[in-house]
Amino acid sequence: MWIYEKKLQYPVRVSKCDPRLAKFLIEQYGGADGELAAALRYLNQRYSIPDKVIGLLTDIGTEEFAHLEMIATMVYKLTKDATPEQLRDAGLGDHFADHSWALFYHNAAGNPFTVTYIQAKGDPIADLYEDIAAEEKARATYQWLIDMTDDVDIQDGLKFLREREVIHSLRFREAVEILKEHQGQKRYF
Amino acid sequence: MDRQWRTYETYRSPFDPCAPRPKTYIVPPNQYYVMQPKGLRQFAPREALKRGTLWPDLYSPYERAHREGVADGEDGS
Repeated sequence: MWIYEKKLQYPVRVSKCDPRLAKFLIEQYGGADGELAAALRYLNQRYSIPDKVIGLLTDIGTEEFAHLEMIATMVYKLTKDATPEQLRDAGLGDHFADHSWALFYHNAAGNPFTVTYIQAKGDPIADLYEDIAAEEKARATYQWLIDMTDDVDIQDGLKFLREREVIHSLRFREAVEILKEHQGQKRYF
Repeated sequence: MDRQWRTYETYRSPFDPCAPRPKTYIVPPNQYYVMQPKGLRQFAPREALKRGTLWPDLYSPYERAHREGVADGEDGS
């Protein structure tokens, strides 16, 4: 059960007409290390992990959907007023032929989203290490996206999202520590 | 260079086609924690919302200029 707040986690402002950037940003929408993959990965892993860290996966998985919404807003703002010709010239002709102005879950190279991007091993340590890796890879993706635009307003939103990856990574490390500690405790059955 | 950045050298051939560029990567501050200690300094709430974290010690500024080896930017401390 979720409660929806009709606002973005962080304001998204786009100040440069640059539809080409939308083609790159879509990597974080439907790419292997994108926000959709992250949300689905964490929210699915919750069922086969010790109770102590379920809440963390719920919180972070939920926040990833808030990030997905921010990326979607950026892509939408960059493309909504572009002509088909402008989209074609921005490298989005392939996208336009199939989806017109609609967003779609694919990566920057046009590969459709697939759940084979994510794993659920059912081994808590293995799953949490995948989550840590996912956060660091998403952080890197945000770096490359920041590098490819000079729109300071878009950069501002991307820097916020990047910092969230830094924090999430640490929280997953802490989750590993919580589960390690559990091993050392005396347990009575 | 910002203190979160590292540089490394790569072999350069006299026949390389492109001008050399600095080789760098960033090590964000989360790498130095296993478990966040209690009582770390905090940003003011509005500042924290803007930066994406409440914790100055976990703040990782990212600027392309840092990659290029330009002088220190804000490091949140």
